[in-house]
Amino acid sequence: MSGEILVVVEHRDGAILDTTHELLGRASALAAQGGGATVAVLLGSGVAGLAGSLSASRVLVVEDPGLESFSPSAYQAALVPIIKERAPDLVLVANSGPGMDVAAGLSAALGLPLAAYAVDVTLEGGSPLVTCQLYAGKIQAKVRFTGGRGIVTVVAGSFAPGTGGSPAVEQVAAGASDARIRFKGLLKPEAGDVDITRESVLVSVGRGIGEQDNLELVEALAAALGGAVSSSRPIADAGWLPRTRQVGKSGLKVKPKVYIALGISGAPEHLEGMRGAELIIAVNSDARAPIFSVAHYGAVADLLDVVPALTAKLGS
Amino acid sequence: MDYVVLLKQVPDLAEELEIDADGTGLDREWMSFVASEWDEYALEEALHLRDASGGTVTCLALGVEAGAVDELLATGLARGADRVVKVGSYEQNPDSHTAAAAFASALGSVKHDLVLTGVQAIDDLDGQVGPLVATLLGHPHVSVVTHIAVAAGGSSVTVHQEYAGGVVGEFEVDLPAVLGVQTSREAPRYAPVSRVRQLMKTATIESLEAGTPGTGSGLTIESMSVPESGTTAEMITGNPGAIAERIAAILAERGITGGGAR
Repeated sequence: MSGEILVVVEHRDGAILDTTHELLGRASALAAQGGGATVAVLLGSGVAGLAGSLSASRVLVVEDPGLESFSPSAYQAALVPIIKERAPDLVLVANSGPGMDVAAGLSAALGLPLAAYAVDVTLEGGSPLVTCQLYAGKIQAKVRFTGGRGIVTVVAGSFAPGTGGSPAVEQVAAGASDARIRFKGLLKPEAGDVDITRESVLVSVGRGIGEQDNLELVEALAAALGGAVSSSRPIADAGWLPRTRQVGKSGLKVKPKVYIALGISGAPEHLEGMRGAELIIAVNSDARAPIFSVAHYGAVADLLDVVPALTAKLGS
Repeated sequence: MDYVVLLKQVPDLAEELEIDADGTGLDREWMSFVASEWDEYALEEALHLRDASGGTVTCLALGVEAGAVDELLATGLARGADRVVKVGSYEQNPDSHTAAAAFASALGSVKHDLVLTGVQAIDDLDGQVGPLVATLLGHPHVSVVTHIAVAAGGSSVTVHQEYAGGVVGEFEVDLPAVLGVQTSREAPRYAPVSRVRQLMKTATIESLEAGTPGTGSGLTIESMSVPESGTTAEMITGNPGAIAERIAAILAERGITGGGAR
């Protein structure tokens, strides 16, 4: 692989997202190994000032009022001619909402294959080998692009962020626009009662809790530990806990001293938010739950049995 | 408003997944299938929007032999869909690009203003079907949608796309469009099993050709594996009391004890 590795930059509220730096980190390593160059594509309006912070060989800045905020149609329209022209070997995109729109849209528009939910991208035998998580993290697939080139959507937290870099910055005119999807605004949640990103002990619950009434058991354990209760997505979706308590891709990223995962299977979207915890203890009735692949300690048991026993033990 | 929902079945994760003899796919011999969770949210939203302001809901699913596509579509009818259509004929769930080409072809003859499908599926290795179908049809698309409101006049919708930390982007989207639904405002409505069984015998499940197949995923699977679970975790065994005791000891080693000490 000697061609370009193109990274689609994601930014919001005037800041580059962490996932973009992670993509650039791996892109630079692959380029160093394969002899290619890393090209970041920054779409926006008045964003040229962000380009210097990107650890790429080159940043293409496409500025247009229609690109002021992310829009799936505007991004796709602007990216298609750039990728057609530069024909990069590899296009790296974050596995975020915007990333899914961009990557799958480009794949269909350009006839480039797409490998989704990647947790690793390496060069082996001169071409990219992509490791993808499937079936909620229960299966890993190693895939190659049949034609050698393709697009990869990468799960957050898979790579170390890129550092340094004084990229060549090049302004590129927007080749096409598509205003069929118009950005109206960002809506932010009201601050919650508890900021789970600042707690040192989190007792986190998932579907295994079974019923809302069982939350009392978990609240008691968290109180005994001087921590707070957090959750995986289904608990927030059910309205059993506020959205501000949700850990994961669509929730918050947490790094507590202790993370006790109760009845959480550990889908990739959840692991993304908590794998940085110093100590992870998981209790789940399914011995094959992916949570055990990131936990430091695990127990295959019903949380409804273990939690009251643990709370009692701590109280004694 | 004519709503179309794209549905599929996926392997049931409650069952153990095993790798086949080639090491490049799943062993399908005893596999059981369930409706893809996010597709159920997409159907619920479509039914909700139709019930609120009128229109029709049509469910499309690929005619996959493995699993129970007739049951999937009959369940759609039992929940309140107006029409269900089976597209093409496949032994197994095809890759997302093949599925998208088939759905795009079928949508050429199925009237639609808004197409809804699950934001993702647990097996879409080569990408999400929603934006693939949309781009093949030349429609705009939004993924990870958590809120949909149809504008008066029905020429556009306002949707929310979910980002990290509970932040959402609000967009106005011209129709026709395709949305990848993350969650529905209500839990998917219940369909009594007896009603589904009855509909499987009596209801009309239409069929449509899949058209010219696309080029497929363009991916070569070198290997599939079950990640080694618990290789990093030290597993604690014993009865719940013994497990609790060990966890308390591990926490105590780190200075975390009872009594709410921080």
